Amino acid sequence: MDILRITTAGSVDDGKSTLIGRLLYDTRSITRDKLEAIEAASKRKGFDFTDLSLLTDGLIAEREQGITIDVAHIYFSTSTRKYIIADSPGHVEYTRNMITGASNASVSLILIDARKGVIEQTKRHFYIASLLRIKHVVVCINKMDLAGFDQKVFENIKRDFEAMVVKVGFEGQEVKFIPLAAREGDNIVFSSVKMPWYKDETLLEFLENISVAADNINAPARFPVQYVVRPHTDEFHDFRGYAGKVESGSFAKGEEVMVLPSLRSSKIKSIHNYTEEKEEVLAKESVVITLDDEADISRGNMLIKCTDGFTQLTGLNATICWMDESPGAEGKIFFLQHGPNRVKAKITTVGGILDIHSLETNTDKKVFQLNDIGDIVLKLAKPVFADLYVSNTANGSFILIDEFNNNTVAVGFVR
Amino acid sequence: MKKNLFPRELEHEAIYILREVAAQFEKPAILFSGGKDSITLVRLAQKAFHPVRIPFPLLHIDTGHNFPETIEFRDWLVKETGAELIVRYVQDTIDQGKVQEETGKYASRNVLQTQTLLDAINELKLDACIGGARRDEEKARAKERVFSIRDAFGQWDSKKQRPELFGMLNGKIAVGENVRVFPISNWTELDVWNYIREEKLDIPSIYFSHEREIIERDGLYWPYSDYLNTSAEEIPFKKKVRFRTVGDMTCTAAVLSEAGMLDQVIDEILSATISERGARIDDKRSEAAMESRKKEGYF
Repeated sequence: MDILRITTAGSVDDGKSTLIGRLLYDTRSITRDKLEAIEAASKRKGFDFTDLSLLTDGLIAEREQGITIDVAHIYFSTSTRKYIIADSPGHVEYTRNMITGASNASVSLILIDARKGVIEQTKRHFYIASLLRIKHVVVCINKMDLAGFDQKVFENIKRDFEAMVVKVGFEGQEVKFIPLAAREGDNIVFSSVKMPWYKDETLLEFLENISVAADNINAPARFPVQYVVRPHTDEFHDFRGYAGKVESGSFAKGEEVMVLPSLRSSKIKSIHNYTEEKEEVLAKESVVITLDDEADISRGNMLIKCTDGFTQLTGLNATICWMDESPGAEGKIFFLQHGPNRVKAKITTVGGILDIHSLETNTDKKVFQLNDIGDIVLKLAKPVFADLYVSNTANGSFILIDEFNNNTVAVGFVR
Repeated sequence: MKKNLFPRELEHEAIYILREVAAQFEKPAILFSGGKDSITLVRLAQKAFHPVRIPFPLLHIDTGHNFPETIEFRDWLVKETGAELIVRYVQDTIDQGKVQEETGKYASRNVLQTQTLLDAINELKLDACIGGARRDEEKARAKERVFSIRDAFGQWDSKKQRPELFGMLNGKIAVGENVRVFPISNWTELDVWNYIREEKLDIPSIYFSHEREIIERDGLYWPYSDYLNTSAEEIPFKKKVRFRTVGDMTCTAAVLSEAGMLDQVIDEILSATISERGARIDDKRSEAAMESRKKEGYF
C-alpha cells in the first residue's frame, strides 16, 4: 500500500478544517466516540450544526482562539492508499509552518473562498507550493453554496489563478480546480448535485488517482551514510555495513560506486534489509550496504554511482526561509545540516528578501526576520555534495542550526 | 489472508529515525511498556541495526499495576532479542515521598509514573527516550515532532517546537535537556496491527479473547484486580474479553470479544465505532488531558 502526503494551506475562514473534517467524515474515518465529542462541543458553542473543523484543531490555545497555529497531522486511508495530511495555518505569520508542512508533501491543497476569489494569501500559498516544487496543486474553490453554486464564479477564479500559474509556476506542475461546498460535502467525496455543470473528478477521486512514484527516483543516485554497522561478533567478524536511506535514484548489487568526499571507488557487495538480501534498492528505502573493499567511510559521507556526476560545494547559493525569532544576517555562523552531514557555514551575502505581499525581491533588505524568504550566499567550512533543489529536492535542501541555542533557524534550497 | 496492507514506507522512515538517534545521541533508551507499540519499536530497532544487537536498553517504568501477562511477555522478549532491560518502580518513588498514591475509585498510578520516568532519565543520564506514541492517538500528539525537545524538568513546550523539514532531524541539545523520539509518529493503530500481522510479531496474550473477571463502571468494562478500588455494588463477573490497548490494570478498559486470532482482532478493529484511546480511562479526565500531562513531562 502506498502513501500520499498532502499539505493544506488556507485560513480558518476558508473552511480548511471543515474540508478536512468532511474528508474524514465522508470516508468513514471518524469513530463514534470522536464524533459524539465534537457534536457535544458544537452544542456547547451554540452551533446548530456539527462543526467538523473541531476534529483537527488540537492544542488548547487553538481551541480557545479558534485558530490553527501549528502543523497538525491527520491520517486516513481508503482501500487504495494511506493519506497523511499536514494541516498548516494560512496567515502570513505562519509562513514557516506552511513551508514545514509542504516540505514533506507531494500534493498541495490551496483553499479559496468563492466569495473572495484569488487574494494575496492565495498568491503566497501558491508561491510556497512552487518554491518547494510541489508537483500537484489542487485549487479548492470552497463555499460555492454561498456563491449560488454559480459556474461563472468558478470560471472567473480559475482564470485569475491560471494567470498567476504562468508567472509563478514551473514546468511539469499540474494545477487542478475543483468547486466545493465543504460544509455540505459537495464534490469532496461525493459529486455535487447542486453543480451539475462540473463533470470532472471530486477531490477524493482526484487524490486517489495521483501517481505517488517518488519524484526523485529518476534523479542521480545518492546514498548518504547515516551510521556504520560493525557487529564485532564471531559470526559477523568482518562485517562492515553502511546504514542509510537512499535519497534519490537507485542502487543495485554489483554496481560500481564512488565514495564522497574521498573519491575512492568500490563495488556494492550486498544490500541488506534486516535478514533479507536485496538485489536493488530505491529512493526512500532504508538499507545497509556493504562494499567489496574496506573503505574508511563514516557518517556524513555519501555513496554515488560512478556513472553519475556530482558537485562538490564549499560555498553555495540558496533561497532560505527564516524560522526563528532571532534575526539572521550577513556574517553569522551556523551549522548547516545536509542529510546526516553537518558542517559550519557562514552567511557571506544576503542577496535580498522577498516582499511576501508583492512577491518582488527587495535587494535593500539584508536582515532575515521570522518567516522571511530570501536569497543568500553561504561559505562552508567543509564541502557538501548537494544538488540543485530544482533537479533533486531530497539532496538539494538543508537546514541551518543555531550554534548557541541549537534551534533549527532556517531551511534552504540550493540554487 | 490479505497481503501487503502495511505501507512499507513507514518502516523505512522509522528505521531512518532510529539510526539518527543512534548517531546523534550518547545515551538513548527505548521506553518499553509491553504494549503493541513498544513491541513494534523493538522489532524496528532490531531491523535498523542488524546484525548488531539493539544498541539501546529497554527502560520499563513499572507502576506495579501491570497485567501479569505483560510482565511475562516483557521478560520473554528481552531473552529472545538479547536486549538490555532496565526497570524502575513507581513504588520506589512513592516510598521516597516524591509522589502520593491517589485515592478514591478512580485511583491509578498513571500520572505518578511521570516522576519515576524523570528520575530515571536523570539517574541514567539519558539524552534520548524513544517512545511508541503515534499522532493519530490523540489531538495534542498530532502536533508533536518526531524529535521532541524537553527541558530539564521534562516539560514539552508546544510553542517552541523545532520545525522538521524534509525528514532532517536536529537532535542538538544543551546539557540537562533531553529528547523524546517518536519513530512511529505517522503510523495509525491499523498500521501497527497490519505490521504485527505481516511481521508475525508475538504480542501479550491479553490482546486476544480470554475469560476474565470484570466489573462494569461508566459504561466500560474494567478488569477486576486488587489494585482497583471497588464499591460494594460493583460485583465482578466473568466474560470473554480482550484489550485493545494495554496500560495499567486500573486505567485500561476491556472490550467484549471472541477474537482469538490476529485476523479476527484486526477485523474487529476495522469495524469498531470507538477510537483506541476511548478505552483509556486516563484520557477521559478532561478534553485537554493529554496536552496537560505532556507539559508535565509525561510520555
